Amino acid sequence: MKWLMNNWDQVIKALGEHIFVSGSALLLAFAVSLPLGIWAARSNRVMTIALGISGVLYTIPTMALLALLIPIVGLGKTNAILAMVMFSLMILIRNVATGIREVPADVVDAARGMGMNTAQVLRRIELPLAAPVIVAGLRVAAVTVISITVVAAFVNAGGLGDIIFSGMSSDHSAKIWVGALTACLLSVLVDVSLHAVENRLRKGAV
Amino acid sequence: MNIFSQAWALLMADPARVGNALWTHILLSACALLIGALVAVPLGVRLALSKRSALLAINIANTGRTLPSLAVLALAMPLLGTGFLPSLVALSLLALPPILLNTYTGVRGVDAEVIDAARGMGMREAQITRRVRLPLAQPTIFSGLRIAAAQVISGATLAAYIGGGGLGEFITSGVAMMAVPQLLLGAIPATLLALGVDALFGRLQKFMTPKGLA
Amino acid sequence: MQNMIHIEGLTKAFPGAARPAVDHLSLSIPEGELCVLIGSSGCGKTTTMRMINRMIEPDSGVIEVAGRNVREQDPVALRRSIGYVIQQTGLFPHLTIADNIATVPRLLGWAEKRTQARVDELLALVGLAPEQYRQRYPRELSGGQRQRVGVARALAADPPVMLMDEPFGAIDPINRTLLQDEFLRILQQLKKTIVFVTHDIDEALKMGDRVAILRDGRILQVDTPDALLAAPANEFVASFLGSGRSLKRLALATVGAASEAVAPAAGAPSIAATSSLREALALLLETGASELAVTDVNGLATDRLRFDALRALASASHTALEQ
Repeated sequence: MKWLMNNWDQVIKALGEHIFVSGSALLLAFAVSLPLGIWAARSNRVMTIALGISGVLYTIPTMALLALLIPIVGLGKTNAILAMVMFSLMILIRNVATGIREVPADVVDAARGMGMNTAQVLRRIELPLAAPVIVAGLRVAAVTVISITVVAAFVNAGGLGDIIFSGMSSDHSAKIWVGALTACLLSVLVDVSLHAVENRLRKGAV
Repeated sequence: MNIFSQAWALLMADPARVGNALWTHILLSACALLIGALVAVPLGVRLALSKRSALLAINIANTGRTLPSLAVLALAMPLLGTGFLPSLVALSLLALPPILLNTYTGVRGVDAEVIDAARGMGMREAQITRRVRLPLAQPTIFSGLRIAAAQVISGATLAAYIGGGGLGEFITSGVAMMAVPQLLLGAIPATLLALGVDALFGRLQKFMTPKGLA
Repeated sequence: MQNMIHIEGLTKAFPGAARPAVDHLSLSIPEGELCVLIGSSGCGKTTTMRMINRMIEPDSGVIEVAGRNVREQDPVALRRSIGYVIQQTGLFPHLTIADNIATVPRLLGWAEKRTQARVDELLALVGLAPEQYRQRYPRELSGGQRQRVGVARALAADPPVMLMDEPFGAIDPINRTLLQDEFLRILQQLKKTIVFVTHDIDEALKMGDRVAILRDGRILQVDTPDALLAAPANEFVASFLGSGRSLKRLALATVGAASEAVAPAAGAPSIAATSSLREALALLLETGASELAVTDVNGLATDRLRFDALRALASASHTALEQ
């Protein structure tokens, strides 16, 4: 791994870009999905529509989606982030809605009976109890988003994909290894950490 | 002329090229899915029925599911070279985790009371697996196949980078040349293929689900 | 009468448990008897039952069914010759009612025509119209209907022995009574040896030819319901049988058992000969009468039941342990 030693900084920069792009996308997607998910938890119609649309988005091949966005937003990080938000919406809306729906009805009933209004029930009862399922969704979304970011290098979003692509086009094995393995490691690390958070929350809720 | 009519013109100029790419894409995806299923379904059943903990295998499969598709595909290059076969190998690997995990959970999830009744009535283990476990796990297994199909078709577009052919080539060359119509020639058929296959699986799933479970 | 089921010194201990689940248990069940195993949770009744068809293997002891040691038989073949009904029915959700019932006959290789005829016969027997129910699926049926199918399925290959593990436990009380009555009616037409596990003493007294009361893996007493009620072996059995034992005994007998073929006094309240002695007692108390006119199937009051006779019957074979 001589190449790695000599090109430390390049890898770190790519990693940083990757985390930035993935992170922003995830945050944005979560911000959009939270209210939508809450709405979907209450309304069957919204749930069906939301799931339907995002289900379609999730099926579209990553590269095709990124490419289709080029005529609209051009190249660069924006394109990638937009694509990732669209992708992760399904998982997040579904998990927020499911998590809230799975909160035992009698618990919510007791809370209302004690005089909590809707907002309080949401904040103090439903969201905390739905937290494990929501984090499970975040976990899948995070991993998905990291994966997409790798591909997004081809629309100039930067990130570890750059190193991989460069390695592939110049048949430079070391670059491929470093880029690919770093991406895999990042993905696994994020997955494991969020899994731990999820488990912590589950224990607490029970 | 807008980009769509330009793309259409490009298509009409040389339909065979797109046709070939589409065919390669379908071939690659179908074979990868088939191989993945042939390996993962029996393995999943075996793991679900084993008394010893299948935890290790399942954890590996779970980890496998988190790996970025392009990373897996890219690694095929230094290891296997480029072309159709390395792409096929990489894509088959991508198909394994969802099918394996769904088969495992599907078989494990069969109601224990039903298994007890089957055993108490005098079915042999193989008969129980064939007549009770698999039919009842079938919807979940099929779901796994559907997810894997989407993964594989998506991965097949990336296979352009390791010489696998397919519709991804139009996308990459389109981006390289900043020629949007060219790019659409790859992106639109790929999207339609993915959505079409998913819809097909949906239809198939309804058709194949045992009536008593609907 | 040959013993259909013979259990000797049966013992089973689960790893990590403080005491054996089944502790040197012995029991003989003659052919055609419905023997109830009853006790509180953990007494070993279900474990014992499940060792008969080798769903659980004993640590020691012998079980013989129809004279053959069950350990010497292929467990699968053994199970195909024993009917098996469990509380949650375990019907195959992906198969029709007809296919569910046809399971064991098909496993045994019966001709399809014979199998289908048998399915219809059994559906009619358990009170489900064949044309209506054959093609339905378990999820379309109520709990009570499902358990009827469960019983039909267990009877399909006409096994001489049946094991039933709290078969009516998951069903609401009203339907449970109906199913119990129907099952007793069905048994009158068939000759089956049945091991019936329950935790409900009233069900046990109603269904059983004999009732075995278990505790800590051992049988405390096994006897006919009447004998149990009249003479419980110890305080545990007595309290298990519940208070009002004499009333329960009266519920088991009909008016015909205590009536005399003497014309009743004028004005005596009437009661059908098929009613239970407990109902007769209630009527006597409510009306304050000292005798009842017993009517036959045509409504003619030819016999009488005197309060004294009923009381004498109720106190027969009392021991000092009566509360």
